[in-house]
Amino acid sequence: MITRDGDKGKMLTRRAMMLAGGELFLSSVLLGRMYYLQVLESDRYKTLAEENRISTRLLAPPRGLIFDRFGVAMAQNNQNFRVLVISEQTEGNLNATLEALNKILPLTESEIQRIRKDVRRSRDFTPVTIRENLTWEQMAAIQLNAPDLPGIIIDEGLSRFYPFNEAAAHVVGYVGAVSEEEIASGNPLLKLPGFRVGKSGIELEYNTALCGKEGAQRVEVNAVGRVIREIERDEGVPGAVLPLTIDMRLQKVVYEKMKKESGAAVLLDIYTGEVLALVSTPSFDPNKFNRGLSNKEWETISTNKKNPLLNKALGGLYSPGSTFKMIVALAALEAGVIRPDTKIFCGGHIMMGSHRFHCWKPDGHGNVDLKEALMHSCDIYFYEVARRTGIDKIAAMAKRFGFGMPTGINLPGERSGLMPTRRWKEVILGEQWLQGDTYNAGIGQGYVLTTPIQLAVMAAALANDGYKVKPTILVPKNRDTTVCLGEDLNISKTYLQLMREGMFNVVNAPKGTAKTARVNVNGKLIAGKTGTTQVKRISMKEREEGLRRQDELPWEERNHALFVAFGPTDNPRYALSVVIEHGGGGATTAAPIARAIMEAVLTLDPASESPGTLKKNTPMEGI
Amino acid sequence: MITSDFSPFRLRDPNLTLKERFLNLSWCYIFLIFLVAASGFVVLYAAANGNWEPWASRQFYRFWMGCAVLFVVAMIDLRFWLKYAYIFYIGAVALLFFVEYFGHDAMGAQRWLNLGFIRIQPSELMKIALILALSRYFHGSSLQEMMSMSAIVIPSFMVLIPVALVLKQPDLGTAVLMGAGSLTLFFLVGVQMWKFAALGVAGLISIPIAWRFLHDYQKERVFTFLDPERDPLGKGYHILQSKITLGSGGVFGKGFLQGTQSRLNFLPEKHTDFIFTVLAEEFGLIGSVSLLLLYLALIFYGYVIAFRSTSFFGRLLALGLTTNLFLYVFINIAMVMGLLPVVGVPLPMISYGGTVMLTLMFSFGLIECVNVNRDVQIGRRGAYDD
Repeated sequence: MITRDGDKGKMLTRRAMMLAGGELFLSSVLLGRMYYLQVLESDRYKTLAEENRISTRLLAPPRGLIFDRFGVAMAQNNQNFRVLVISEQTEGNLNATLEALNKILPLTESEIQRIRKDVRRSRDFTPVTIRENLTWEQMAAIQLNAPDLPGIIIDEGLSRFYPFNEAAAHVVGYVGAVSEEEIASGNPLLKLPGFRVGKSGIELEYNTALCGKEGAQRVEVNAVGRVIREIERDEGVPGAVLPLTIDMRLQKVVYEKMKKESGAAVLLDIYTGEVLALVSTPSFDPNKFNRGLSNKEWETISTNKKNPLLNKALGGLYSPGSTFKMIVALAALEAGVIRPDTKIFCGGHIMMGSHRFHCWKPDGHGNVDLKEALMHSCDIYFYEVARRTGIDKIAAMAKRFGFGMPTGINLPGERSGLMPTRRWKEVILGEQWLQGDTYNAGIGQGYVLTTPIQLAVMAAALANDGYKVKPTILVPKNRDTTVCLGEDLNISKTYLQLMREGMFNVVNAPKGTAKTARVNVNGKLIAGKTGTTQVKRISMKEREEGLRRQDELPWEERNHALFVAFGPTDNPRYALSVVIEHGGGGATTAAPIARAIMEAVLTLDPASESPGTLKKNTPMEGI
Repeated sequence: MITSDFSPFRLRDPNLTLKERFLNLSWCYIFLIFLVAASGFVVLYAAANGNWEPWASRQFYRFWMGCAVLFVVAMIDLRFWLKYAYIFYIGAVALLFFVEYFGHDAMGAQRWLNLGFIRIQPSELMKIALILALSRYFHGSSLQEMMSMSAIVIPSFMVLIPVALVLKQPDLGTAVLMGAGSLTLFFLVGVQMWKFAALGVAGLISIPIAWRFLHDYQKERVFTFLDPERDPLGKGYHILQSKITLGSGGVFGKGFLQGTQSRLNFLPEKHTDFIFTVLAEEFGLIGSVSLLLLYLALIFYGYVIAFRSTSFFGRLLALGLTTNLFLYVFINIAMVMGLLPVVGVPLPMISYGGTVMLTLMFSFGLIECVNVNRDVQIGRRGAYDD
């Protein structure tokens, strides 16, 4: 027995040793694994732990402000009060809190449903927006009742505000919610809820600079995403402040004069190309776009046949009509087909083969020279001059003045217009150029299409002795207003002087066509040229029955009314173009508006004021 | 005969007085137990972000309750435990049956028995009862008997019945612990190696069959173990975060109460099965190795006590319980380090949990009991039959 028990004991001892060895081996496996995880792989796991712990949140910098040339805010950021609810702080009763809030700030049933849905979807410590854009009174009422509203908080944000509403809408443009395509561009800021981007005007053109550079907040979060504390914060770079060349005083005058019409007006500094006012009517309230339009509002705007969303100053195409006659005259003088004193007889109409071309004055103007032809805007004279010059030379001169191509203004939505040539007609329309086409081009009709800003640039070039300026709407860095920034068109100063005299007579001569535009501000006068373009062809029958008065026609059939002007005539500084769609006649509709605008600009004379009056505006690098 | 120079002749007399028993306790062993328990309080304090509530304080009271259990168990005559080993075994099996039908549902598994003032987990008691019963059985067998085929049949059933019941609960962790612990006992008493090899082969063959009986969540755990990153936010979240927590501790750790993973709750079950990672994150490799060495010291001391004992029952009991402790430690740490599937085995003395603490202290009490009665001779036939 004892021996056998002894064997049993020896076996136990031996096996226990083996077991201990095995346990030691397994323990060394554990030690090896600890070494692997905590030494060899430690850096990787440290990174992963940091990724767990740290969450980076983007901070949207405030959008850059937009000022006019004298520092008047055209786009600003207003404080926006929002009311939010944090469900975990509602003492377990969201409904009671909402009911209490409802007594102070009436909520609609659909709002309550949306809030409930949002609360269900988000973590209970995440604030859910109840309503934005609270009035001061609503905000104060909620704060006063705060003890009865557990979980309700008031939050302050910034929202874009355009103090001039419709008046500068096409210049500043507006901001709106980010679209799907814009998100695809990859800018992380665009994914922030409630972030706004420029949709038109300056807001669109300089969107990147206005947005600024995103800031970031690094916070420590726990496993369910609750923020425990802030680790660091980078506020980013606020959006650039943009000083515009616009003079809001003039902009308002122009808008007030234009708002009842459908059309556009552009007021330029003839030496710098700075846009002092740029208006397109009818306009829209950009604040409504920022807030978000209701379906009904959108419908009203988008179906309006006067097209409020189109910036007609840059994107509206119009036949220049008689405002084009200076171009034809310059082309003819340069070609040598006429001299300033060449007289041409106007009998009211001219025959071209079997076709009859009429002057606007059925009785005709008799024998007229160039200055008289401009003053009376005689069509027969220019038919003949155009015939002698030929379309190629007219088109060449027009192109020197910038017609048929964008002016390059730093605003979106500009169109080129059209300056027809033989080649253009053959290639695009597949038709032969006809003599009649040249006649029509001679009085700025037919295929010729221009934008109001091109007309303003033309008027500026006539006024500044032949320099084509590039219009700009942003005050450049190191602005020098003493140098003409235009491109020399190499046109005889004598001829240009002749044009200016002709335009002076249009306004100031007793028989001028645009006496309605006459201005006298302390002896400062203006010069100009009217234009009236047919929208509908006048048939022979109508002509025989006697022309109907424009205001008896339906709006869509009335003539477009145009006027280009510059002033003061002794030492020009400002150029203007006005286009009134279906306004009836240049002299009757466009000229009085131009008169009011020129009167204002000559009175205020913004260009004479030092450009250094810009306050707190620091243009950003690279603009 | 194994005799010790340090043991006076008097100690061979089984009828020791209470004072003699008390003086015979291994205070070194108790000191090691206190060290492990103390580190447990510290880690639970850290797991609660520097609060005694809710875990550390309760664990502290339970530890003192456990100390009382330890001393009572150690003071009882070793022959008492031999005599009533089968009774405990039958009682524990009965309790397991009982919870199967009247138990409380916790985490989708029926594991609790509510006695009104305390909720106990019979499966924890079962581990000790099984080791006691097997020790008694093998104590009574000769080496020849143990090496014969027929003698393994009865102890095999003694193992299979509770393992099957625990698996049915289902508690894979406990089943693995009981199965592995019992196999070690079979190994210790001299069952031939080829039988283990045969069991291994049979096991491999039966894996596909056993697979069909596993619960879905148990299958998921195996999948997750094989590839934790296949679903980092779902099933693999535990093990991935566990490894991040461990690894990010580095050599020196992030510092006491500075563990970001535990403080910010990235770690699920951080106070129970994954408590080791809290320690490893805040005290680094130094902390985790120190704790492992502390456990190994406790286990080593278990071996010392076993070899000091002159009775086969005492030796086997001490070895079995020590192995049980080792398995707890190994499976838990291997599990949190991604070496084994997550099977729900706590880290002894440190994971928060009452029943585990009490049964561990019970088993330490039995080991101390073996130490107290190290020179007591116990006959083959049992307790008082010499």
